This record gives sequence, structure tokens and C-alpha cells, in this order.
Amino acid sequence: MEFRSDRNYSKSHEWVKEIGTDKVEIGISDFAQDALGDIVFVNLPQAGDEVEVQTPFCDVESVKAVSDVYSPVSGIVCEVNEDLLDNPARINEEPFDAWLIRVEQVTQREALLSAEEYEDFTKKEA
Amino acid sequence: MQLIFEKSKEGRGCAILPEMDVATTEFPVFLKRSTAPKLPQMAEVDISRHYTELAKCTHGVNDGFYPLGSCTMKYNPRINEEMAALKGFTSLHPLQPEHTVQGALEVLQLAETYLCEITGMDAMTFQPSAGAHGEFTGLLLIRAYHKSRGELEKRRKILVPDAAHGTNPASAVMAGFTVVNIPSNEQGCVDIEKLKEACGDDTAGLMLTNPNTVGLFDQNILEITKIVHEAGGLVYYDGANLNAIMGIVRPGDMGFDVVHLNLHKTFSTPHGGGGPGSGPVGCKEILAPFLPRPTVDKVGDTDWSLAWNHQPSKSIGAVRSFYGNFLVVVKALTYIMSLGQQGIREAAQNAVLNANYLMHCLSDLYPMAFDRYCMHEFVMTLEQSKKEMDVSALDIAKALLDYGIHPPTMYFPLIVHEALMVEPTETESKDTLDQAVCILRKVYEEAMEDPSGMHQRPLNTPVRRLDEVGAARHPKLRYEF
Repeated sequence: MEFRSDRNYSKSHEWVKEIGTDKVEIGISDFAQDALGDIVFVNLPQAGDEVEVQTPFCDVESVKAVSDVYSPVSGIVCEVNEDLLDNPARINEEPFDAWLIRVEQVTQREALLSAEEYEDFTKKEA
Repeated sequence: MQLIFEKSKEGRGCAILPEMDVATTEFPVFLKRSTAPKLPQMAEVDISRHYTELAKCTHGVNDGFYPLGSCTMKYNPRINEEMAALKGFTSLHPLQPEHTVQGALEVLQLAETYLCEITGMDAMTFQPSAGAHGEFTGLLLIRAYHKSRGELEKRRKILVPDAAHGTNPASAVMAGFTVVNIPSNEQGCVDIEKLKEACGDDTAGLMLTNPNTVGLFDQNILEITKIVHEAGGLVYYDGANLNAIMGIVRPGDMGFDVVHLNLHKTFSTPHGGGGPGSGPVGCKEILAPFLPRPTVDKVGDTDWSLAWNHQPSKSIGAVRSFYGNFLVVVKALTYIMSLGQQGIREAAQNAVLNANYLMHCLSDLYPMAFDRYCMHEFVMTLEQSKKEMDVSALDIAKALLDYGIHPPTMYFPLIVHEALMVEPTETESKDTLDQAVCILRKVYEEAMEDPSGMHQRPLNTPVRRLDEVGAARHPKLRYEF
């Protein structure tokens, strides 16, 4: 299980990486993809959509279940990783590179955890 | 095994038509196909063998134990089929004049009377074709009720517990509501404080099953329905788990305003490919004006005493063509009348007894998700063995196939990790349950001895472990010639 320290994490298992002023990249953690199992389908928002902090913006379907992905920030979606629509398995293979969306004009963030804090959190949860 | 298209041989067939004794007529060119349809060409004996071979590859409740939690795969008595096959029922046409279908109307009216008595409701429609269709219909009733009071604009939220069947939130969204998730407490029941917080003047209603999705009876039910009612909302009963309580407690008495039933679960009509289903919706008097039309009403004391009531009134309109899956209602009514008042009650008691017996006989090996008496089903969790030995709920389920048992429901409800949900139903004898216990214990021991071997299971079935991921990622939706 990997916990990269170049980014922060939410308690609902998303990662948030700063990529510019008020601009972030969002994906799901290694822990999350492992718990979900093989992902077979991703439903993504569209560029221009608003996302709201702690509100679902996307769902991922694994062979076990369909799960919501919650946004750790509020802002405007400026880019969507459309490659995942054809290759959802990338989320399992490289969760830290397989970002879901990029969000700009970030106005609000939930209290995020560092990699270390998140690792502790997952240990308690597991 | 080959597909029927692969077995096809040009020129074979099984129809011997008499010689044409009328003049032939040509169809206009625009009505003619340009290429022949690709139908399999086979002799009757080969078709018969093909389907018999297919039937041997399946597992139904007539083949063996089928403890598929939340699905109530009880045995379907043959007398149901016999009644539904009566010529007076099978030769009916939905547009026949009323006075020629009095018997059929009486079936619907009797079924309504009995099912309303069992659920504590005042009126019922048989139009919905299955459970989720019933949920949708029930929510349209709730919607129509708020609309009639001028409150629909503000009452937009349907509360759904996090353990609910996925169809509940889906139906609520289909009916135009937004869904608010209510977390379960540690006992797997509704968290009262969280419910209070979520209830307000934007609440349209709450959807609930009781016993709930982990097979536990929510003892706070009267308080729960009171909280929702005080906020001005209505309470919806998902009938998926009625089998545990029929003849003992009634959703109507617990404070529910509208229910759907799954005749194909609780009332022993076939399902799981043997369908069709039927999802009648019952409601209290306050919602009755909104029910789909037509309903069956008594008219006067004439010879023809029953009639369709097509009056639109405040009705939400039809949710399906004609009168629903009528013959399924015939089967369910047969079941109710064969068992009688006492028998219905005993069926529920035996369903609960069987589930508790099975749970008790397994609980020293298989960790249970909740440590208390269950109702008609219980949930085991393979979380520990998954973590320690990489033996998952899926592995156990697949291994059971090797012993001729249909696996329990897996990975549901989502609030329990590595869940296996077991519902034996009342129709299984103690001998069958004891056999199932032996097999489940044997599979567990096999998992202890050879954890990695479990990933290869099943070994003895017509097809081995399927590539679920491949099937989902690269589905082959049709045969290519």
C-alpha cells in the first residue's frame, strides 16, 4: 500500500494534489482502489461543472459495487481525465497518476490529512 | 457447450407443413427482407436435447438449497401453477367485457383484501410488474400526496438508510426527489439522532425495510415513523423482507403509509429468471385516491357485482398496461388461501427459526456481522479471513457451488465488509439445513488447509471461475456470425 507524500488526503479516501494557484487534481487513494477491487466503469462529470466540498462528483463501479467519489474541494471542473472512460483499470494500476478531474477556482477545502496522517487513519479503519 | 447457432446445419428443420391449398400472394417489395434471418436450423430432437442440456447447467430452487439473502428463494408450490393454468384464466383477454371476467375481478379483489389484511393497508394496486416498479409507484403516490397539499415545492427529500437496497435511492431519484443517506448505528439499525437531524419541512418521506437489510428487526420502528410523521413526511415500507413478519406484525401498525410487496418473493411465485414478478403497492386511506386506475370496485347487488373503476380522480395514472401480471396474482392468492391465516404466520415463524438455527450452527466458525438473534436472514463477514489468508467471501461462495449449493448473496449490504447474506427460507427441512451446515463447515476447513486453492473454485461446475472483470470491461453483447 502506497501513501505518497506529495499530496493530501480526505477521510473519504480521495487524494488532492496542488497543481497551481487555487487549482487541484483529484483522484482516489491506493487504499480506496484496493478496497473497491477491479474497477470496470467510471462516470465522470464534464468540464465546466461545479463541484461542492464533500458532495459526490463521480462514481466508480467495481465488480463488487458502485461507489460515489466525494469532492474534497469546491470549485469548477476544468479538465476531466477522459482516458479513464476507456481504461478504468488504470485506477487500479496507478491510482496516483490516474487523476479523475482537475478543479480550478477552488473556494473551499475540507480539512485534509497529510500522507502520514492518512496512513494512520486507514490503519484504524481497516 | 455449443450455442444453438453453432449447432445449426443448413437445411435441417422440424416443421412438416401441409401442402398449400390457397392461391399464393406476393408481398410488396418494400415489405420483404433482403437477406434471410439467421435462425438456427435444427431437428426437433436436437433442439430438445439442447435445452435439456442447458437446463442441466442451471441451479434453481428445485435443484437444491438456495439461500440467496434478501431474495426469499422459497419453494414455489405446484398447486400455484395448476391454478394459474386453469383455462378460465389463461384464455382471458384484457379487453373482455366486465361481465365475462367476474372471476378474474374476484381474484384481484380477494388478493387485495388478504394482502391489505397482512400489511395493515387500506387499498392496493396490482399494476407494478416487480419490486422496484412498486417502489417507484409508491413514491409517485407520496409525491402526489404532497402536491395535493401544495407542499411538493418544499418537500424534495427522501431519507434512505445506508443499508437499503440500491433500488430505494434509485426509485426516489426517478420520482424526482433528492436522496439523503441516514447512517446505521452499531446495531445495524436506524440511528435515531441522525434521523432527527435529517428530518425537517423539506422531508417528503423515509424508505425503510423492517426487518432491515442486515436481517434485524428495528425495535425503534414506532419512534422512527413518529419522527417522520411529525416532520410532515410519509413512511414507505419496502416489502423485500416481509417474509419474516407476515401474520405477526403489520407495516400499517408500525406507522408505514405505503408498502410494496414482492409476490415473487414472499408469496411463492417464481422469480430469478422464472418470473415475471409482481410488485403490488398498498397504501393507507390518505393515499388511496392517488392509486393507479383501474381499481376493482363493488357495484350494487346485481349479478355482475364487480367493475373496473376507471375514474381518474386524483390518480397518478397507469404505471403499466392493463392490470399487471395477473396470473402471478392468481399464484400468490393460491398460496395465501392454501396456507390460511395460521399457515401464513407459521411460514414467517419457520423462516426466522431456520435462519437462527443455521446462524447458530455456523457462528463458531464464520464471524457474524451482528451478535444477536436475527430474523429471516443473517449476515456473515469474511473480513478477517480475507485479511489474514486472502480467502474472500467470493471464494467461499464459489466453493459452495462445488457442493450443489447456490451461494448466499455476496458483498451486500455494503455496510458489512466481505459480506455473505444467508436466507434459508421456511421451506427447508432440518435435514437440508444440517446438510448445508456440514458443507459450509467443510468449505471453511478447506479454506484453512489450502487458502490459495480457494481462488480456483469452483472445480466441478459446467463452467469454472468466470472472468467477471473481463466480462464487465469487454462485454460481448451478441453472437457474431
